[in-house]
Amino acid sequence: MRSGRSRRPRAETVGGAPLDLRPVTQAGLRGLITIVKERWDRPVFLVLASVSLVALGLILFFIFREAFPVLREIGLGGLFGARWNPTGNPASYGALPMIVGSALVTIAALLFAIPLGFAAAAFIAEVAPRWMKDVAKSVLELLAGVPSVIYGFFGLMVVAPAFQRAFGLSTGRTALTASVILGIMALPTIASLAEDALTAVPNSYREASMALGATRWQTIRRVTFPAAFSGLIGAAILGMGRAIGETMAVLMVAGNAPQITASLLKPVRTLTGAIALEMGETAMGSTHYHALFALGVILLVIALVTNGLAEWFRGRLARKHGR
Amino acid sequence: MIANVTTEGQRRRRIVQRIAFALLALSTAFGFLALGVILYSMIANGASALSWEFLTTFPRKMMTEGGIYPALVGSFYLTVGAVLLSLPLAVASAIWLSEYSRGGLWVRMIRVGVNSLAGVPSIVFGLLGLAFFVKVLGFGVSLLSGALTLALLILPILIRAGEEALQAVPMNFREGALALGATKWHAVRTVVLPSAIPGILTGVILGISRAIGETAPIMFTAAAFYMSRLPETLSDKVMALPYHIFVMATESPNYYKTRNLQFGAALVLLGMVLLMNLGAVTWRARVRRRKQW
Repeated sequence: MRSGRSRRPRAETVGGAPLDLRPVTQAGLRGLITIVKERWDRPVFLVLASVSLVALGLILFFIFREAFPVLREIGLGGLFGARWNPTGNPASYGALPMIVGSALVTIAALLFAIPLGFAAAAFIAEVAPRWMKDVAKSVLELLAGVPSVIYGFFGLMVVAPAFQRAFGLSTGRTALTASVILGIMALPTIASLAEDALTAVPNSYREASMALGATRWQTIRRVTFPAAFSGLIGAAILGMGRAIGETMAVLMVAGNAPQITASLLKPVRTLTGAIALEMGETAMGSTHYHALFALGVILLVIALVTNGLAEWFRGRLARKHGR
Repeated sequence: MIANVTTEGQRRRRIVQRIAFALLALSTAFGFLALGVILYSMIANGASALSWEFLTTFPRKMMTEGGIYPALVGSFYLTVGAVLLSLPLAVASAIWLSEYSRGGLWVRMIRVGVNSLAGVPSIVFGLLGLAFFVKVLGFGVSLLSGALTLALLILPILIRAGEEALQAVPMNFREGALALGATKWHAVRTVVLPSAIPGILTGVILGISRAIGETAPIMFTAAAFYMSRLPETLSDKVMALPYHIFVMATESPNYYKTRNLQFGAALVLLGMVLLMNLGAVTWRARVRRRKQW
């Protein structure tokens, strides 16, 4: 993405003259074959490049299609009801407990992941010497690469028992445990994107500030951070999107009780957790099955909106500094 | 004389800066700490389970003894399948984005597509796999469905890596080829693409390490709780290492007996992923340093 905005001439400006149809008028079919032989590449690659759009289209189409029957059955109001009891009699498919659960763990996770991530980004971009910078960036990349099932396993085996003892709870699988694990998972995303944002601020800003007698810290706080603001917002939003969509780690440590609560010390079920937990136990084509796809629609919409917003904010920073 | 005088204000500002920088450094250290604690807990609890036998035998006695062989093989098949399906399309996409596209609406739409795809939660890929590959295309819960689902998941990773690698090839390589009379495609195939291969391979390694650790997309599309034999065809279910870790941790019939095995399996997965990522990161740094063109 970033490479697309580089200033040097782009490859497409080299070669590729406008289509010359003279061979057809001069040599008929043989000329046409020549043209096809020489000019097949652009349209073929164009079609192949559309694969990601096709994939996105498939996702949108099928998730909405499979969610549609339940919307017809219980309506949009029913979907946002406060009770989730798909196996009860009568069954109820209110997604509110999971929406609140997802929001709770995500917000709590971001409360510590954003400050830590921004601070780490400031250290890497502004303070650390070259070698430390490289090491820190590699560590963040490794942390981002740890599979979510490993985070979940770690949370279940190490963090949850520790919290259970520390807070005297009946179970360590709570919203708090999920938040801590999610926060650690969101940290590398937020830190590396925030670092990109800080690096995008032109050096002349820093030089001007230092020339006025500000210390490096004052410069970071009063000049670099405000100048990178929209990029930092973008980083935080993208971190949020990732945290909401995270499945395995949350599934393993959040406790999965579909209740509406604002307490971090209680078990909660998230949107992702509900899908992962219940899809295996439901009959294909049942109302419950379609209701789980409706949760998928909610997730997908949140993910696409946060992603779009984050891109917009990040792009705004890039446009502002002319890169 | 005057130059040596530090005012009270200056001294305070210097102290504030020192404290602030220390806090920033601590925040960065938190990432090191998290990685260290996770790695340590896996090694301390799981290293004793590791043995050649653990890696090469089937689970025994309701998965309370034995090894992880079928899960390893299943993950290998799924991952290789995903990369084989995804890589050609990703490279073609990257070639078009980097070499052929001329800006405009369609490019912007494709970039939005790639970015959005990268932001779609992995469980939603699982839902797509279930609704489309398993149900509509009738592949069932199978190796094929799982590999296809994972292929879509790693597509944006591979496209981005490919585009970055192609963009890193200097313009004069292309100009030189075209000046010698090569067509655009000939120049791309014989000059640009070969120069970009190290970068593309870095992306492949990152894609593999992502695919091998993903659980949510294969839960409903490919994974089996237990298989007594290795998958033989594309329509067989497979065991997969991350799913194996998940079910052992949440549904194991005998927690105390299997605890060690669970940590062992987690250590194997974490070790593989970290080594691949470390390899990709250091290799990429070397490629960038050496190729100054």
